[in-house]
Amino acid sequence: MPAGSHLPHGLKPSALQLPREGRRVWQSESAQLSEIAIETHELRKEYGAKVAVADLTLTVPRGEIFGFLGPNGAGKSTSVKMLLGLVHPTSGTSMVLGHPAGHVPTLARIGFLPEHFRFHEWLTATEFLDLHGRLCGMDPAHRRKRISEVLELVGLAEHAHRRLSGFSKGMLQRIGLAQALLHAPELAFFDEPTSALDPFGRRLVRTIIQEIKAQGTTVFLNSHLLSEVEVTCDRVAFIRDGVVLQTLELHEMAGGHRTVELRVDAVTPALLDRLTPLVEEWRLLEADESSPFGGQTSYPADAQLPAGLELVTCDDHLPLIARETLAAGARLYALTPRRTSLEQLFLDIVGMEDSGQ
Amino acid sequence: MNAIMNLAWLTFHEARRRSMVLVALVLGAAFLLLFGIGMNLIVNSRQTTGGLLNGEIIFSMLTVAGLYVVHFLAIMLAIVATVDAVSGEISSHTIQSLVTRPVYRWQVIAGKWLGYIIMLVLYTALLSVGILLESWLIAGYVPPQPAQGIALIVLQVAVVVSLSLYIGTYVSTLTNGVILFMLYGLAFIGSWVEQIGTLYQSPATTQIGVISSLLLPVEALWRLAAVSLQPPLLNNINFSPFNLGSPPTGATIVYAVIYIGLLLVLAMRAFTVRDL
Repeated sequence: MPAGSHLPHGLKPSALQLPREGRRVWQSESAQLSEIAIETHELRKEYGAKVAVADLTLTVPRGEIFGFLGPNGAGKSTSVKMLLGLVHPTSGTSMVLGHPAGHVPTLARIGFLPEHFRFHEWLTATEFLDLHGRLCGMDPAHRRKRISEVLELVGLAEHAHRRLSGFSKGMLQRIGLAQALLHAPELAFFDEPTSALDPFGRRLVRTIIQEIKAQGTTVFLNSHLLSEVEVTCDRVAFIRDGVVLQTLELHEMAGGHRTVELRVDAVTPALLDRLTPLVEEWRLLEADESSPFGGQTSYPADAQLPAGLELVTCDDHLPLIARETLAAGARLYALTPRRTSLEQLFLDIVGMEDSGQ
Repeated sequence: MNAIMNLAWLTFHEARRRSMVLVALVLGAAFLLLFGIGMNLIVNSRQTTGGLLNGEIIFSMLTVAGLYVVHFLAIMLAIVATVDAVSGEISSHTIQSLVTRPVYRWQVIAGKWLGYIIMLVLYTALLSVGILLESWLIAGYVPPQPAQGIALIVLQVAVVVSLSLYIGTYVSTLTNGVILFMLYGLAFIGSWVEQIGTLYQSPATTQIGVISSLLLPVEALWRLAAVSLQPPLLNNINFSPFNLGSPPTGATIVYAVIYIGLLLVLAMRAFTVRDL
């Protein structure tokens, strides 16, 4: 179904209480609705006395990569399951692609990689994808084409005719990803999509997410791997004990600024004079103070870090900073852009206390 | 309908891939072979030593004994094949990728039900027809109503499959197995208490039989099947190892059909409302 070109089902003009200028109101509302992929309101799930999700209220616009962050047991998976109709909420409402969550025909436009990526293991990779293509109502020619495309995409083309029972965990997660993307969904839910993947696999997932975003797919990414989320997501929500604590635009968080770490043999007044016009803020780093996102922890072979500065600047100034550092006669060991410290944010927002769950 | 057929295919494909179909066919052939050899030996012995009893009674008893085993195996296979069908997919999470497709939950149950019914009914019918063909070809025995007898055995398969899928939406595989085997035990002993009780005109034992048949109407169906498969002589004296006393009425069949339909609908409903 083409996105946005039709009025979502269930939204009939007669169903809205229209004032005199009904038509205009109706149009703007429908335009607004079609731009929202997921909208939940006070979604709650109790399992007996245990509250898995207390109050989930969030909105995910179409085309966004939305990160859903939280410690283990925070209710991330239960939330996703409610949005897919796997779990029935105790109370609250949720709309997914313009329909109540779990609306069966809408599932044809949604892809899902479950946290427990267990599939029918007696099937071969191709049979497995073909089954899912058939369940999605894809015709045979389209299925054949897409199956080879997605197998290629996840790097399993040469295992097309092997049974899933012989697959490693990483391969199963890849085939799960292929299954989720087979029908080119408008909305994809990935629940911990890299939990079984090696660094190659992780990079692949990042690339795939960027690719499908470029095609207009909305991605709902459940993860506790902050570095993953940081590089892929447009916006993140922090959740704990089934409550959304805060949502955050990641670009906004960076604010067009970038924090860089500069390591030189010595920080001299001359160096600071040259750098001050290029930076908004600076802070002296202790010789052995390593940044949490620095990656490399020792620059020369000996363990002592050279002197350092933490600078807040913008990307355009980076080459200038390098040039001015050298011009000041300093020996430049490293100029490392620091990732915005999502981990720090996570700890600040979610709380340092480890739930231990 | 398409989704149901796809899921029925998946059920069948699983049985085939897991070698269940092959093993069942090979062992089924062995069973029929043994039955044929036995029948042949008895026919030959009668020709050399002469018969004590009416040949029809001897051959019918062996034939019905063969079909009794088929009926028992059909019930056991129906339990073993389906006990894991719903609960297993729930506990292994494989169900999650299925029901997040544009497939109604009731279609998942319907597809599984259809897949198992087709497989088990074909298999049971194959064994039953094999037994009847052998006793006809070797001993010349033809029961009074063979088709009806087979249909009543096959109906038991549908009863067990429906019950198993229904219970499987609530409990674990192991618990489902315990429940199904124990219910079969109840139905079995209830039926025999009733049959022996009727010899002494004991209404209380009849009630036990009726209640156990309501819980799982397989033994009652078997007794009806036995009546269609035995010669009229045995039926008239109401005394055979397979049916003592007066057989159940045709209402049993109506009850069984309602039982199957009701459990299927309940299984679909239970599966639709449960969290996965």
